[in-house]
Amino acid sequence: MKITSKLYTALIFIFLFAPILVLLVFSFNEAKSLSVFSGFSLKWYQELFHDENTLESVKNTLILAVAATVISTVMGTAAAVGIHKLKNRWYRMAVNTVTNIPMINPDIITGISMMLVFVFVGRLFGASTSLNFWTMLIAHVTFCLPYVIFQVLPKLQQMERDLTEAAMDLGCTPFRAFLKVTMPEILPGIITGAIMAFTLSLDDFVISYFTSGNDFQTLPIRIYGMTKKTVTPKMYALATIIFFVTLTLLLLNNFVESGEDKRWRELKKQRKIRLKRSEQS
Amino acid sequence: MKKVIELKNISKAFGGELILDDISLDIYDNEFITLLGPSGCGKTTMLRMIGGFEHPDCGDILFMNEKINDVPPHKRNVNTVFQKYALFPHLNVFENVAFPLRERKVPKKEIREKVEKMLSLVMLSNFAERSVTSLSGGQQQRVAIARALINHPKVLLLDEPLGALDLKLRKDMQQELKKIQKTTGITFVFVTHDQEEALSMSDTIVVMSEGKIQQIGTPTDIYNEPQNAFVADFIGESNIIDGVMLENYRVSFSGHTFQCLDAGFAQGEQVDVVVRPEDVDIVPLENAMLQGVVTAVTFMGVHNEIIVDIGGFKWMIQTTDSASVDDRIGISLDPDAIHIMKKSKYSGMFGDYSSYSNELDELSDPGGEA
Amino acid sequence: MTMQTSVKTKKRGGMSLALAPYSAWSLLFILVPLIFVAYYAFTDDNFAFTTENITRFFTATSELKADDGTIGEVRTYLVIFMRSLKLAAISTLVCLLMGYPMAYIMARAKVRTQKTLVTLIMIPMWMNFLIRTYAWMTILQDTGILNGLLGLVGIDKIHIIGTETAVVIGMVYDYFPYMILPIYSILAKMDGKLLEAARDLGCNSVSVFKRVIFPLSLPGVISGITMVLIPSISTFYISQKLGNGKFFLIGDAIEGQYIANNLHFAAAIAFILMVILLACMALVKYLTARLVYGGE
Repeated sequence: MKITSKLYTALIFIFLFAPILVLLVFSFNEAKSLSVFSGFSLKWYQELFHDENTLESVKNTLILAVAATVISTVMGTAAAVGIHKLKNRWYRMAVNTVTNIPMINPDIITGISMMLVFVFVGRLFGASTSLNFWTMLIAHVTFCLPYVIFQVLPKLQQMERDLTEAAMDLGCTPFRAFLKVTMPEILPGIITGAIMAFTLSLDDFVISYFTSGNDFQTLPIRIYGMTKKTVTPKMYALATIIFFVTLTLLLLNNFVESGEDKRWRELKKQRKIRLKRSEQS
Repeated sequence: MKKVIELKNISKAFGGELILDDISLDIYDNEFITLLGPSGCGKTTMLRMIGGFEHPDCGDILFMNEKINDVPPHKRNVNTVFQKYALFPHLNVFENVAFPLRERKVPKKEIREKVEKMLSLVMLSNFAERSVTSLSGGQQQRVAIARALINHPKVLLLDEPLGALDLKLRKDMQQELKKIQKTTGITFVFVTHDQEEALSMSDTIVVMSEGKIQQIGTPTDIYNEPQNAFVADFIGESNIIDGVMLENYRVSFSGHTFQCLDAGFAQGEQVDVVVRPEDVDIVPLENAMLQGVVTAVTFMGVHNEIIVDIGGFKWMIQTTDSASVDDRIGISLDPDAIHIMKKSKYSGMFGDYSSYSNELDELSDPGGEA
Repeated sequence: MTMQTSVKTKKRGGMSLALAPYSAWSLLFILVPLIFVAYYAFTDDNFAFTTENITRFFTATSELKADDGTIGEVRTYLVIFMRSLKLAAISTLVCLLMGYPMAYIMARAKVRTQKTLVTLIMIPMWMNFLIRTYAWMTILQDTGILNGLLGLVGIDKIHIIGTETAVVIGMVYDYFPYMILPIYSILAKMDGKLLEAARDLGCNSVSVFKRVIFPLSLPGVISGITMVLIPSISTFYISQKLGNGKFFLIGDAIEGQYIANNLHFAAAIAFILMVILLACMALVKYLTARLVYGGE
């Protein structure tokens, strides 16, 4: 890279990481100030771990994220398989368009629109509050699904069509062929899709905001409540922890992907060696 | 001979386009049969139908006298070698070959024995633990064959299996496939668009075009006695000339009357006359039956390929004699060099080398005459 | 299971069992909700048909104090909408101007560096959006870190928080990666042979960029623009925090109506926003088709 490029890159990364650095640093601040650092302390972390409400919301967030991930991964993978097999062009296009909607639509509209349905249905049954864990779960599954589908679908498309046919030709029932041949091929896509679903669910605020009730608060919603009032570095401590957790997940995902790359490189290397051998012989 | 597979009046359309048009074909036990035709002629669809991956719109498929129209692929005693091999990339060579056995829950010891035997048949004994993606095309090919044969199918279907290999390897694999077919005694149904491959390997060739069978026969039959202009042109090189049958064993074309070996046509019937380029003899002008002017000469290694303009029709001649452009030469045809075919819808579409020679002219002499 | 049915249904042209749950799900929770937005937008509290919500959006007025102190009447929601559009457009433009060179630098780096840079660009996205925005608040405050640093260098304090600039900074920061990544991915995939061919045919570096690289990267630029424009036009939190609540945006309007339990009017605003975005996207799609695949 040229020196100007380096300089530019540095500036961009200062911009990108300045707020995160501020968070990290001030989460260890002794005083309550968020602008003057007066000394190192872990007291905000201690306080955080004694904050029942926040801990409760962390638990809720995890429960919700795990449930949403499992449901959206299973349903999304099945959907991808189904979409992949659709022969009818129009049908295929329709499904694709619908799947794109939650990704393109602004979160606020996705959130509002689902809230309207939930409220309406709740009213039909005469419930006083219609928003709860289940409505949130439905909302999370809905916005996670497209990401799972669009991770799995390309893996199916990359797969040679002949593979499943070959398995059936060799005595597999169609379902066995899926388990023994298709699954191993698309697994990396499923894993990436699941990780994406999990992180999206953990991080979501806008859609959760419109679909959550009072009895089930997730962390982003709690943070929103906290930032309405004056914020203490306790929240920064929380942010720091979340940051490192998501970072770990991200690196884990990269690891999975680069593991795949590695497998490819290994294969290429073997191939080269083999070619050399055959040239020599 | 016993019939293994019978196709009865099969038709199949995709998206309104007729791919197979009322096809009937018998496939016999222990036979090496080749479906030959240009791409889009329906040969692969036919193969996939026998494998169970496509279903006929109408007509029946019989396997050992039993109707199998609706039997799914995994229940058919037929296996396929796919075009791009379709080896499972997450399994090594051994596991790929063992795949059908594991599916049938064959005991481990037996699997080991069978797979090792099969790998030695295809000469890959030392490759058992290798990853299939690290193999060369030829080796992958062998794995695919071993995998398809391990269940001892009654019929092996091969969908252009040599298409991805280079010429040299192709020739070796042709020999090897033939050998494997002989040792195992399994019926091979082989799909290709390569006529040389078909001629050198098959017991029976089925020539197809536009969803229809054009001719079924042994390689020599097909080559020496093509039934119509399409077959004559698709298999080898042919000069196809309009002629008139004067009486049995006498045909007239290019303004000359020839002795031939064909009979059974009406007197004065319009026919297509096939003359293979290698059957044309170049003779001194005074002995010539026909005369013409050389328009192009291409050296092909063993022989020369000469294009001669005889009365406005351009002939291709393959000969070890030499000639140069603009030479006037005479040719002579023996009775067995001439093959007479009935007129068909393909008449007039093939067998004239004028475009061929023009092309050469244009390439070698851009804008020369214009 | 799944394929068996597909083999059978192929003849019927239907769908496989695997797709059934998702089809039902997306119908119930993607399509029906969108219909509900329209339904609520065009009904009153008793679910009787009305266009009042829509007309209210276009006609509601409020008093606004202009810079010179005079008080005038303005169309409340139209002003809010135009403001959202303006701030979102500025943010998108800033993202593009900042992001394109970065994407270009990334695409030109060594493969390993590229991977690291992509990961680094993505890391801030995994920080909660609320906290990210709040962090900027502490940086930009009058007594915040930025002014602290400026003070150290001896520059006068600047007042950013509570201005439109602060809101734009927040938007740019939050959606910046969405601009870089699509442009980067298209630049990285670009065939080096094309650039060599352009040079071979006599282009200098500037004209290679102008005549080959940039036109080819347009699809990435356009998807970057949509990916930044859409969330920034509909965001609701950034202006509350960084604009001190002075610059009410369309997202804030929806949220406000939701909190006030005016669901029908909230739906009406959402409906109008959706229709306008849809129109914008159709336009973008049309322009893309013309720019990228059409004439000169």
